Amino acid sequence: MTGYVLEIVQVLLALLLAPGLVGFVRWLKARLQNRRGAPLWLPYFELRKLFGKEVVMSNNASWLFRVAPYIIFASAVTVTFLIPLLGARLPFDNIGDLLVVVYLLLLGTFFLALAGLDPGTAFGGMGASREMTVAAIAEPTIALAIFGLALGAGSTNLGQIVSATLANPGLALSPGYLLAFAALFVVTLAETGRLPVDNPATHLELTMIHEAMILEYSGRYLALIEWAAWLKLFVFFTLLANLFVPWGLATTLTPAALVIALVTLIIKLAVLGVVVAVVETRIAKLRLFRVPELLGMSFVLALLAVTSSFLLK
Amino acid sequence: MMLLFFLMLFAYGFGTVGALLLGRGRLGRAVAAVGAGGGAGAGLMFGGSALIARQPFSVDVPRIMPLTGFALQLDGLGAFFLVVIGLVGIAVALYGFGYSAAYEGRYSLRMMGVMLNVLLLSLSLQVLAANALTFLLTWELMSLSAYWLVLTEHDQPGTVQAGVWYIAMTHAGFVALVAMFLLLAGGELTTSFAAMRTNAATLTPLVRDAVFLLVLFGFGAKVGIVPLHVWLPLAHPVAPSHVSALMSGVVIKMGIYGLVRVVLDLLGGGPAWWGLVVLGLGVVSALLGVLYALMEHDLKRLLAYHSVENIGIILIGLGAGLVFHSYGLMTLAALGFIGGLYHTINHASFKGLLFLGAGSVLHATHTRNMEELGGLIKRMPWTALGFLIGAAAISALPPLNGFVSEWLIFQALLGGFNIPVPEVAVLMPVAVGMLALTSGLAAACFVKAFGITFLAISRSPEAVHAHEAPLAMRVGMAILALACVGLGLAPFIVVPLLGGVLSGLGSLPDTRAAFTLNLALQTQAEFGQPLTGTMSPTVVGLGLLGILVLVPVVMWGLRVNRNLRVGDTWGCGRIGQTPRMEYTATAFAEPLRRVFAELYRPTKELTIDFHPESKYFVQSIAYKSDITPLFDHWLYDPFLRLVRGTAQQVRRLQAGSLHLYLVYVTIILVILLLAARWF
Repeated sequence: MTGYVLEIVQVLLALLLAPGLVGFVRWLKARLQNRRGAPLWLPYFELRKLFGKEVVMSNNASWLFRVAPYIIFASAVTVTFLIPLLGARLPFDNIGDLLVVVYLLLLGTFFLALAGLDPGTAFGGMGASREMTVAAIAEPTIALAIFGLALGAGSTNLGQIVSATLANPGLALSPGYLLAFAALFVVTLAETGRLPVDNPATHLELTMIHEAMILEYSGRYLALIEWAAWLKLFVFFTLLANLFVPWGLATTLTPAALVIALVTLIIKLAVLGVVVAVVETRIAKLRLFRVPELLGMSFVLALLAVTSSFLLK
Repeated sequence: MMLLFFLMLFAYGFGTVGALLLGRGRLGRAVAAVGAGGGAGAGLMFGGSALIARQPFSVDVPRIMPLTGFALQLDGLGAFFLVVIGLVGIAVALYGFGYSAAYEGRYSLRMMGVMLNVLLLSLSLQVLAANALTFLLTWELMSLSAYWLVLTEHDQPGTVQAGVWYIAMTHAGFVALVAMFLLLAGGELTTSFAAMRTNAATLTPLVRDAVFLLVLFGFGAKVGIVPLHVWLPLAHPVAPSHVSALMSGVVIKMGIYGLVRVVLDLLGGGPAWWGLVVLGLGVVSALLGVLYALMEHDLKRLLAYHSVENIGIILIGLGAGLVFHSYGLMTLAALGFIGGLYHTINHASFKGLLFLGAGSVLHATHTRNMEELGGLIKRMPWTALGFLIGAAAISALPPLNGFVSEWLIFQALLGGFNIPVPEVAVLMPVAVGMLALTSGLAAACFVKAFGITFLAISRSPEAVHAHEAPLAMRVGMAILALACVGLGLAPFIVVPLLGGVLSGLGSLPDTRAAFTLNLALQTQAEFGQPLTGTMSPTVVGLGLLGILVLVPVVMWGLRVNRNLRVGDTWGCGRIGQTPRMEYTATAFAEPLRRVFAELYRPTKELTIDFHPESKYFVQSIAYKSDITPLFDHWLYDPFLRLVRGTAQQVRRLQAGSLHLYLVYVTIILVILLLAARWF
C-alpha cells in the first residue's frame, strides 16, 4: 500500500520539480553568460499565466490539434510512474521497463509532430520533419544503451537495473556503463531539444525544432505541452542520475530513507543541470545536417558499451 | 469443428458460384461479400476453436474425393494462420461490398467477386494442407487468383506491367518450392508432412542446406524480402484497395507460414547459419523497406514498402528464434518465434487497416498522390481516425499491438548474450540497433503519411470535395482498428496461445507457463544470468486512458481558462494562407534523404525560365527530383538484359527454314544414338 502512495507522491514530485529544473538551468546559463537571469521559479509563473489565458486556435486545425496536448502530457506523466525517482523498487516496476519508457516518450513525440503539421504552416512542418528525423536517428542509440544496461543487470526493468548496481557497485565503473552513460547523455541533449541539436531559447526559423512545432499553440494547450517537455527533460535527467548512480535511492520505505532519497535526487539533478548549462554555454548549435554525425558518434559509443560489457562478462 | 469446416467451404463456394451467376449489381456484390465474409467468419471460428481446444483436426479427404491425393489436416500453426485469414477476410469482404460499387460498369465485378472468394478459399485450404501436392496446388491457385485481382483495373497505366512482375516473381518462387518439396519428400509429392518430418532427419546436411536455400528463395519471393521485393511495391498498389489489404495483410504471410512450417516443423531447425541468414535478410529488408517508404509519395506504394519493412521485422524474430534453436536455447527460441508470429497477426491487422484507409482516400479523391491531398480529417473523420490508429500501431507506439510484438522481438534479441559463441552473440546488439532505427524511421514515415494526407489545408480540389466512406467500408475498417487495439491490450491471451501453437514444432517446449499476466519472461539460466523483462501493455494502456480523463477533470477543478477562439494561422504578417505555403511530403522527408543520401543517390533537375527582359523575374520553375532504385539498377536490369541477349542469340536457331530444322533433327538423332551406345 505504501508503495502505491509513494508512486503518487513520486508523480506529483516530478510534476512539481520539472519546471524548477528548467528554471535552474536557464538561470545558471544566464549567470555563466554574465547575465542576471530570470529567477528560478519563472517557469511556475509561466504555467500559471498560460493556464489562465484563452486558447487561440488556427482555423485550419482539426480535433487532433486539440487532443494532442492531452496525449503528449499523459504520455509524459505515465512515464513518471515507471521511473525510479525516490524508491529503488516500485510496485509499478513490472508493468513497464525501459523500452516502454522510451516508446511512451516516442508516442508523445509522434503526436507533437502531427500537431505541428495540423495548422498547415511551413514552420510547423519544418519542426515536425526535423523532430522526427532526430528522434528516428536517436532511437538506435537508446536501444543499444538499454542493451548495455540490461547486459549488466540481467533485465530491462528499471528496478532490476538499480538493484543490480546497488548490489554490485563495481558495475557503475565498468567501461560498459560509462560508455552507455556518455551515449545516453548525447541522446538526452537531442531528445530534449538542448544545444547543440536544438536551441531551447531561439525563435529563429532556421534553427528551431521544438519551438517550430508548438508555434501555433497558446493558452492551456501550450501550458500542457511545455510542462510535458519539461517533464521529459526531468525524466531523462532522472534516468541518467538514478540508473548510473543509484546511491541514495530508498531501498526501504522509511521516512528517513525517503528524505535522503529526495535530497540526493535534487543534488544529482543539480549536478546534471550544471553540466548541461556549461555545455550549452561552451558550444554552438550544430548545423542540422551535422546532427546525424553527432548521433552516429553516440551510436558507436553505445555499440562499444554493449561490446565491452559483453566481453568483460 | 467439422461443421465449421464445411460451413467455410460452403460459404466460399456460395460466394464463388453466386458471383459467377449474378455478376454485377448490388445483389451480385452482396452475394460475393456474403460468401467471402461468411467463409472468413467460419474460418475464424474454426481456427479459433482449434487454437483453444489444441486438438489436431483432420479431414478424411480420400473418402470424400478418392484418388485425388489431397490431404487436409489442421494443427496449431495452421489454426493460427486461419485466424489471421479470417480476421482480415471479414473486414475485406465487408469493405469490398462498399468499395466495389465504384467499379460498377467499369470493370468486371463478376471476375472480382469470383476471384476474391477463390483467393480466400485457397488461402484457407493452404494452411490445412498436409502434403506437398495439396500445398503446391493451393499455393498456385492463390497466386493465380491474386494475379487476376491485380489485373482488375487492367486499363490503368502500369497495371499490366505490375502484373507481369508479380506473376514472374511468384513463379520463379514456385519453381523453387516444387524442387524443395521433391527433395524433402524423396520425389513423391503425395508424401504426407508427417512422413517428411521423420524423413527429414535422415537427409544429408547438404540436402538439408539445399532445401533451406530453396525455401528461402521460394517463400522469400512471396514475402518480398530484399532483394526479391521489387514486385511488391508495383503489384500491391494497383490492385483494388481491399485486395491490396488482403495481399499485404495475408497473402504474403503465407510465405512466413511456409517458412515456419518447413524450416522449423518439417526440418526441425538447422545450423546457426540458417538463422543468421534469416536474421540478416530480416534486418536488411526492414531497414531498406522503411527507407524506401520514406521517399514514396504514393500512399499505397508507401504502404507496400512498409510491408517489406514489417516482413523484415517478422524475419528478425524468426531468425533470432532459429539461431537460439540451433544452440538449444529453447525458451529464447520460443520467444523469438512468438514475437515473429505475433507481429504476423499484428501486421495483418494494421496493414489491412491502413490499406483500407488508403482505399477510402482513393475512393473519395481519386488520387493516391499525397502531394495532392491534405485536410481530409475534417471531411473524412472516421477514416482519419482509423488510419491514425493504424499509423500509431505500425509505428510501434504503446499501447497498440505493434509495440507488443516489437517488444517481444527486442527481448528475444536482448537474450542474445546467452549464445555460447561470442562472434554470433555480438551480432545481436547490431540487430537491436537496426530494429530500433527501423521503428524510429517508421514513426517518421507515418507522421508524414498521416500528416500530409489528413491534416492541414487541402492541396487540390479533389481533396476539398472529398466525402466520408460509406457505412460498409467504415465497418470494415472498424473491425481491423478494434483488432489493433485488442491485440495490443491482450498479449496475456495471445502470447500463451502462440506458446501453445509452437510447442512441439521442432521440439520447442511448451512455454505457456513461462508467461504470466504482465509478460514476465523467465529465460533459461544456463549461460550467465537470466535476462528478464516485464511489462504490461494492458496496465500502461489503462493508465494512459486514466490520465487522459483525469487531466481535463483536474484542469476543470482548478478553474483553468476554458475559452477558445479560432483565428487565422500566424503568417508572419502575410494575410491569407494557401496550400502552397504548407510543407509537402517531399519537404518532410528531405532531411532523411540527405542523411541517407549514400543509399538514395538522389538526382535533381532544376529548370528556371527567366523573363526575357531581366533575370530577376522568374516566369516558371520546374523542379524534378528522384532517387536511384539501386536494386533495379544493379540487379534486375543486368539480369533482364542478359535474358534478352540470350533470347536474341537463341532466336537465330529458329530461322524458319524447314531444311535447317531437318538438319537439327538429324544431329539430335545421331547424338542420341551415340549416347545410347555409350551408356
